[in-house]
Amino acid sequence: MSDTLDIALRLLAVFVVFLVFPLVIGQTEHKVMAHMQGRLGPMYAGGFHGWAQLVADGVKFAQKEDIVPAGADRRIFQLAPAVALLPYLLVLIAIPIGPHGAVGQVIDAGIFFVLAVMGVGVLGSLMAGWASANKFSLLGGLRTAAQLLAYELPMLLAAASVAMAAGTLSLPGILEAFHWWWVPWQIVGGVVFFTAGLAELQRPPFDMPVADSEIIFGAYTEYTGLRFALFLLAEYAGIVVLCALTSVLFLGGWHGPFGLDGLGWLWTLLKTAILAFGVIWLRVTYPRLREDQLQKLAWTALIPLALAQIALTGVVKVVIS
Amino acid sequence: MTLAATAAGHGFLSPTGVEIAFLLVGIATLGAAVVTVTTRQLVHAALWLVVTLGGVAVEYLLLTAEFIAWVQVLIYVGSVVVLLLFGLMLTKAPIGRSPDADSGNRWAALIVAVAAAGALVWVVVDAFRATWIDLDGAVQGSTQSSGRTLFQYWVLPFEALSVLLLAALVGAIVLSRRAGEGKAPVAGLRNVFRTSPAPAPREDQR
Repeated sequence: MSDTLDIALRLLAVFVVFLVFPLVIGQTEHKVMAHMQGRLGPMYAGGFHGWAQLVADGVKFAQKEDIVPAGADRRIFQLAPAVALLPYLLVLIAIPIGPHGAVGQVIDAGIFFVLAVMGVGVLGSLMAGWASANKFSLLGGLRTAAQLLAYELPMLLAAASVAMAAGTLSLPGILEAFHWWWVPWQIVGGVVFFTAGLAELQRPPFDMPVADSEIIFGAYTEYTGLRFALFLLAEYAGIVVLCALTSVLFLGGWHGPFGLDGLGWLWTLLKTAILAFGVIWLRVTYPRLREDQLQKLAWTALIPLALAQIALTGVVKVVIS
Repeated sequence: MTLAATAAGHGFLSPTGVEIAFLLVGIATLGAAVVTVTTRQLVHAALWLVVTLGGVAVEYLLLTAEFIAWVQVLIYVGSVVVLLLFGLMLTKAPIGRSPDADSGNRWAALIVAVAAAGALVWVVVDAFRATWIDLDGAVQGSTQSSGRTLFQYWVLPFEALSVLLLAALVGAIVLSRRAGEGKAPVAGLRNVFRTSPAPAPREDQR
């Protein structure tokens, strides 16, 4: 019975994280963007610095009418937001935040699980883009697919490099094997992974699929109300997942610098938060890449870099063993 | 290889929960596969293919082949189906039925499918007959054991496959080179690229 209780508690914790963290990131994005642009951001809702703005937004979204365009493929149109959001919930189960089994579920092939399920989330955007019966949506869907095809490979290669270094595919196992000098050793792979992840999430500067000045809002153009909110939530959940994964794979997760491992899960949260801040910062700072520049970056820069990282990992691994 | 325990103490008439789940998922997968090839809506077919491939992945999981299951999702659902959808959206993906989405090869395809399924089922049944996977023992399809098996016993097929993939890659590059660059493509290839045949003169233009 205690096993069942244990699993239930773990799943509950993951679910709470899934509900809370994306909102925290969203609110941070409001405030950070505002301050970087010399304004205040939302200040009214909730009283203190507008902390309840996203709750208010949620209420607003829930009140809006849920419209399905007449020409749309009804069922797929309605299913798409769930397909986009749920994979991130599943991925969170496998990400360890602390030592001694502080993870939803230890998965033997953890890296593959995480990347595979994240790839499924993109199907949601594709379904939305196709089913909307709108040319802008279709263009957005096309760009999403092209982007995913280009960036899945460097992401996988960079993750494979860490797996080679650790000799395991399990995420807690990788953290067990971590040493501080892995950070400089795997830094190229880390940058490739993070960049490719940004592209997979369609975050600026890789937000071609939702480029509002060209194709309105890409695959999500026709969505209203809660379904639209679910797509936005998927983006924020994606940021949480990507930052947590990068910190686990490349920055040592719950290991602190200078042997200060005592704080445990706080280190994971801190690293994730700093990376998430970087994601927001990039959005405010960089202009959007053109579609061909984006493809060129993936195929001519990121993939060779990831391959070089794998070669370096292999060489060092052979030398030290 | 001790992939599976012997059948002692197992019977077909007292199935365990996992066996029942395996059967149910199998039926659902088969149903999705049949819908994939019979639906007249092109994109729906691709999405049913996702369900089918996902079902196969669940079957792998139930057989404790965790690594294979996630690779299945990563490669097939995450990449192959996305490529399919990309191709469909680029070319022709109408919402609703496409009456022309039918080839004349229906019966030939059916025969080939039945023959392939028959051969596969026969081979698997003949090879494993009454071996049982011990679900309570150590995981037998883990990454470690899969890797060890692959690179100890199956290195040659593995390498041969990689050469095959390389050949396919080179072929794809050769096919996709445009006529203006370098040498002109072989005359026989030119027909391949003519996606739309020259329009036949309409009645009023004659």
